[in-house]
Amino acid sequence: MVLGRTADGLFWMFRYLERSENTARLVGAGLRIALTRSRSGAEEWSSIISTAGATDAFLARHASYEFDGVVEFMLRDRSNPSSVMSLIEAARNNARSVRTALTSEVWEATNETWMSLRNALKTPVTHHGLPEVLSLIRQQSAYVRGALHGTMLRNEMFNFARLGTFLERADNTARILDVKYYVLLPSVVHVGAPIDNVQWETILRSVSAEHAYDWLNEGDPDPAGIARFLILDGRMPRSMAFCCKQILENLRHLEADLPDPAPSLALAQELSDSLRRRDIKDVLEDGLHDFIQEFISKLGKLGGQIETDYQFHA
Amino acid sequence: MATSMDKEDIPFDEMFMAGNKIRRPYSGYHHWLEGQHTRRLQQKSSEADALFRSVGVTFNVYGNKDADERLIPFDIIPRIISAAEWSKLTRGIEQRIRAINSFLHDIYHRQEIIRAGKLPAKLITGNSAFLPQMIGVTPPGHVYTHIVGTDIIRTDENEFLVLEDNARTPSGVSYMLQNRETMLQMFPDLFSAVSVRPVSDYPRHLRRCLSDCPPARCEGRPVIGVLTPGIHNSAYFEHAFLANQMGVELVEGQDLRVVDGRIAMRTIRGYVPVDVLYRRVDDDFLDPLNFRPDSLLGVAGILDVYRAGGVTLVNAPGTGIADDKAIYSYIPDIIRFYTGEAPLLGNVPTWRCSEPDHLAYALENLSDLVVKEIHGSGGYGMLVGPAASKQELADFRQLLSSRPDNYIAQPTMCLSTVPILARSGLAPRHVDLRPFVLVSPDRIHISPGGLTRVALKEGSLVVNSSQGGGTKDTWVLED
Repeated sequence: MVLGRTADGLFWMFRYLERSENTARLVGAGLRIALTRSRSGAEEWSSIISTAGATDAFLARHASYEFDGVVEFMLRDRSNPSSVMSLIEAARNNARSVRTALTSEVWEATNETWMSLRNALKTPVTHHGLPEVLSLIRQQSAYVRGALHGTMLRNEMFNFARLGTFLERADNTARILDVKYYVLLPSVVHVGAPIDNVQWETILRSVSAEHAYDWLNEGDPDPAGIARFLILDGRMPRSMAFCCKQILENLRHLEADLPDPAPSLALAQELSDSLRRRDIKDVLEDGLHDFIQEFISKLGKLGGQIETDYQFHA
Repeated sequence: MATSMDKEDIPFDEMFMAGNKIRRPYSGYHHWLEGQHTRRLQQKSSEADALFRSVGVTFNVYGNKDADERLIPFDIIPRIISAAEWSKLTRGIEQRIRAINSFLHDIYHRQEIIRAGKLPAKLITGNSAFLPQMIGVTPPGHVYTHIVGTDIIRTDENEFLVLEDNARTPSGVSYMLQNRETMLQMFPDLFSAVSVRPVSDYPRHLRRCLSDCPPARCEGRPVIGVLTPGIHNSAYFEHAFLANQMGVELVEGQDLRVVDGRIAMRTIRGYVPVDVLYRRVDDDFLDPLNFRPDSLLGVAGILDVYRAGGVTLVNAPGTGIADDKAIYSYIPDIIRFYTGEAPLLGNVPTWRCSEPDHLAYALENLSDLVVKEIHGSGGYGMLVGPAASKQELADFRQLLSSRPDNYIAQPTMCLSTVPILARSGLAPRHVDLRPFVLVSPDRIHISPGGLTRVALKEGSLVVNSSQGGGTKDTWVLED
């Protein structure tokens, strides 16, 4: 028996954790660009803020996109609900409220993550200290994930944790593409110009896939290849197709043997189908931007339907 | 009667007798201790702290935003009770709790004790802890106080006294369990050197105790839940811990509603009835329809479901009338009235400030007395005369004069001491003891041990964790 509130707490706990990890990855990719190309630094920082959907909130506090301001805002600022610290705190609060649904390993990993990040983010993060902080965030989320996989029963609680993870991850990958889609358009004049190569690399880097791409694809990255990789490649664990497949599997597990499957299952099936047997050329021709926008909106609907189907709220 | 800690009033130390001889219950432990280096013990002590932090055994302190999660300091020197002392204590506690349950039944039914002239009616009728909604209601299994944490103090070799009955929602049992767990991890060898009775089966006993009193409408195996006010409550850790250890749901008011005369919880597949709720929500907040209408922590209509046999509430609503500090002073009479026996455990002498001569005495001797609010708990709103400033004394004198009914006064009792591990080595500190009691219709179970609270400041008599007290593992020896 799983309480609706517990399902809600688990789902969002893992959304928050996933989001904090993605934020760290985005900031890492931004740092890379800012270091290698100081001219495009501001542009890169602004697209990171925009990917996080926090442009207005950022501009309300900071006049321009500078390293210090962006890093402060994205990592430490507790008034920003999508800063890493806010997210980790929210994840830990959720973990506390669903404590009985977690193994002690998962709980302790989450609690220790909160303790060590609170310590690491006690003072503003310098240029110099940023890589270490980012790697701590990555390590800590791997720690929680490891505890989840190694100790949790494969029951409904696990399904809700996974649904949260993959919904968030699909959303994050889609948002990265949404903000950067213009770099991937074949019609862009600067194709082959150095700036684009760096931009493409940044996109791969922000999903930790700069090497995976090389392994799976021969030759230099090209826009269509990157788009296909992030949208359609079922082997890539941060691709939209991969996430959708996981969402579908977890919902199937929840609905197994039920006479009357929940509406969210049909929505997930539809979303997953929309990414199967698609040719990236068609997607690009039909309009990458519209495609991504539609995906994000369907994903949002699916999230809402899951909350309704499983009685997250009274 | 000793009203203050005079010079000759040397506290009774539970480990060391005069001439540094070791009291017998501590001899095995002391032998082990002699083989330990202080520095290693101190290192173990900080390891224990780290363990508590990562497990998340924390305590929320109200009214302190910065430190909203604090660790209760844990001292690694155990408090040890011999088998003989324990059996004497438990007999006294059992007697007291049986009497309290008879009293509660009586007070919500025929009120024989008042008719017999043994208890003034005004103590009941004018008491906010008395719930008229409970008149004529008999709880499942006739049990009112399923879960009790009786506070005991020791003043010498032979005298144990009850300080408070805590018949509402006593907390601290998770510390009893976690303290032992920590000691087992820190000093595994110690437990093969000394035979200590285990406490780890408490959650199983608790679960059984909760299952023992299903409501009339329960069919089959009762579904059990722990009702918590939520993560911001000071004892939230404990609520989650107990639910987890018992393998039962941890629910909040927002998860529950009345469905077909039952209390049902919202699951991912719809509403499912709960039979027994171990509620850690106070009476006042339990039901916005029957009590405080602004409460968001309870369930609208739960009291009506309870009265109709749709759910068991643990403890029963209205048990507070038995642990109110004015009633407390009558407990020896209550024991005599319902059991026909002399009380095995005494009370701390208590002046009821509602009575003019008691009030006069209290005002005159304020600097020697401890003054408590009738409904206070957790060490809030109390005065420790000998430790109070002139200003605090003056403030309390005024409070006392303006609302005498709200206060009782007691002599400053000289609590026994047990050494703690201080920077310089062992140092005696005052302690009390809260054993945890589970009441079923046919038996009373008392966990061998309990929570020893210790005042960490030298000479301090206030052991409450909200006031800077710490805890110790409490051992009851096998033999």
